[in-house]
Amino acid sequence: MAQITLKNLAHSYLPNPSQEDDWALKEIDHVWRDGEAYALLGPSGCGKSTLLNIISGLLIPSQGSILFNGNDVTEAPTAQRNIAQVFQFPVVYDTMTVRENLAFPLKNRGLDAGIIKERVERIGDMIGMTDQLDRKARGLAADAKQKISLGRGMVREDVNALLFDEPLTVIDPHMKWQLRTQLKELHRQFGHTMIYVTHDQTEALTFADRVVVMHDGRVVQIGTPDELFERPEHTFVGYFIGSPGMNFLECSVEGETATVDGNRIALGSDYGRPSGRIQLGVRPEHVKLSKGEGLPATIDRVEDVGRHRIVRARVLGAPLNIIAGEGEAIATDGQTVVFEPGRVNIYSDDWRVEPHGSSVGRRAA
Amino acid sequence: MEKTVNHKAWFLVLPVLILVAFSAVIPLMTVVNYSVQDTFGNNVFFWAGLDWFEQLLASDRMWNALQRQLVFSGIILAIEVPLGIFVALNMPKKGFWASVCLVLMSLPLLIPWNVVGTIWQIFARVDIGLLGYTLRSLGINYNYTQDFFAAWTTVIVMDVWHWTSLVALLAYAGLQSIPDAYYQAAKIDQASRWAVFRYIELPKMSGVLMIAILLRFMDSFMIYTEPFVVTGGGPGNATTFLSIDLVKMALGQFDLGPAAAFSIMYFLVILTISYVFYIVMTNLDKRDGTQ
Repeated sequence: MAQITLKNLAHSYLPNPSQEDDWALKEIDHVWRDGEAYALLGPSGCGKSTLLNIISGLLIPSQGSILFNGNDVTEAPTAQRNIAQVFQFPVVYDTMTVRENLAFPLKNRGLDAGIIKERVERIGDMIGMTDQLDRKARGLAADAKQKISLGRGMVREDVNALLFDEPLTVIDPHMKWQLRTQLKELHRQFGHTMIYVTHDQTEALTFADRVVVMHDGRVVQIGTPDELFERPEHTFVGYFIGSPGMNFLECSVEGETATVDGNRIALGSDYGRPSGRIQLGVRPEHVKLSKGEGLPATIDRVEDVGRHRIVRARVLGAPLNIIAGEGEAIATDGQTVVFEPGRVNIYSDDWRVEPHGSSVGRRAA
Repeated sequence: MEKTVNHKAWFLVLPVLILVAFSAVIPLMTVVNYSVQDTFGNNVFFWAGLDWFEQLLASDRMWNALQRQLVFSGIILAIEVPLGIFVALNMPKKGFWASVCLVLMSLPLLIPWNVVGTIWQIFARVDIGLLGYTLRSLGINYNYTQDFFAAWTTVIVMDVWHWTSLVALLAYAGLQSIPDAYYQAAKIDQASRWAVFRYIELPKMSGVLMIAILLRFMDSFMIYTEPFVVTGGGPGNATTFLSIDLVKMALGQFDLGPAAAFSIMYFLVILTISYVFYIVMTNLDKRDGTQ
């Protein structure tokens, strides 16, 4: 187990990166604390897999260094890093039995046959494949194969970190739950440092202690699921997390009031006079339907998703989503909306503005 | 529901029937016809029953040719398959040099059999050939027209030169289809180079390799043109493989009856071996799948 430090790390797949867009992974400084479960969340092509492959040593970064417990391993080959990684598509050795598959990483490290047997049986039990241990791995279903991959990742006791690269993509939804719960359970039992790459926010938020959100090759926020929800540091985080994502309205801000198209909105904290392109961000959960007070809204459409309804509306020409309770009345005209004052965030050029005199909130690394 | 009866459909099958009849069935039946009769020409036939078959099976001639044939096929498979895999493993995976390698590898496959034979016939000659002359100048007693060992070596090296590319290209195609994640996982599992080959590359290549082995086996088992051009089956009968012997019997001695019997047995041997091969192949697949 190890603490993993990234120092000025950046990577480009081009030999001579000249402009910002050439970098698949923009400069990042971060410490992955020992024994924590992280999720690396972001849309496809945002650099998450690049970062993961740099940590596991499958890729050498163009710039910066990686330290495991303080030792520089930037140039060290994968084998020396003692890392386990599970890939998007299950990788099993077809001609081996399940047991041989699980024993493979241990055998390659020359461990004692007795220890191997004991570990393999333990892991086989954990992934629920005890009765299939002596079956050939070929011909198993995708989820069973992925379980073997997971098992092979966890069979070594002394791994520095366990990396998962969208491991549940090929798994059926009902199996996803089961495997994810098993992973959490394993984390609790062994306390490995785990990094889990995904583009699925539910997966990220349920799995991880801390979620690292990436956008366009850059880490935009690192925080607990709660922080990501309440105080997104970047408009992208607001938009990407939540279903539907955060609403943004162009506005100007002075002190404790925001002005949207001549309408004044109370913010609840003092923001001073931020400069740049100012946006007001509010979650659909924190928009309340009202009559008479607040901003006038036109309702386009109402989607009933069962436990609540999503109201697609337009406020001052901009689209706005509202989450309304099942019983709430929705007027066809004359409808207005109010924002919960403490739940509104202000963004200047896409980055969150910290209100004065506030101790909560944290800048992204 | 009542089925519609329409015999006109038979007319649609007719072209295929005619084509197959003239290209396969009728020629084959002619051979069968010759194999059970004796003739002195002018289309006068005498019934011979299974005499030709019995005569051939009792004589050494066919057995010797079959033995030489099996040894030849065995040797070239034992060389070409590992060599082809080795070449494929060392070919670049992508980029400019991958294309160059692919073109170079496919060149020998494009050369017609008799041209390959002629190339090697001249190349290995001790008086004017680059190889033969060089070897003799080095003091090595090499003469494929007189020496048994030299003749076999020449024929085998020639076949390896001509056909290893086929195995290499098929193996290369198999290797290219392995996703990168397998190699990455192997690195993480600290697998040795040998283990990567044994547990990832070889299993993933096994399908195409089976086809390569089957193709090379059948082709080498029917080899005719190249040894015919280079050694003519000699010295003595040293490189007289089944096809060469068959042609000698049919066209050299004009023993049409025994030659026809020979062809039929030859055909059955190839059919049997290919069938057994196919069954073993599909069974291996099935057993692994459902065990």
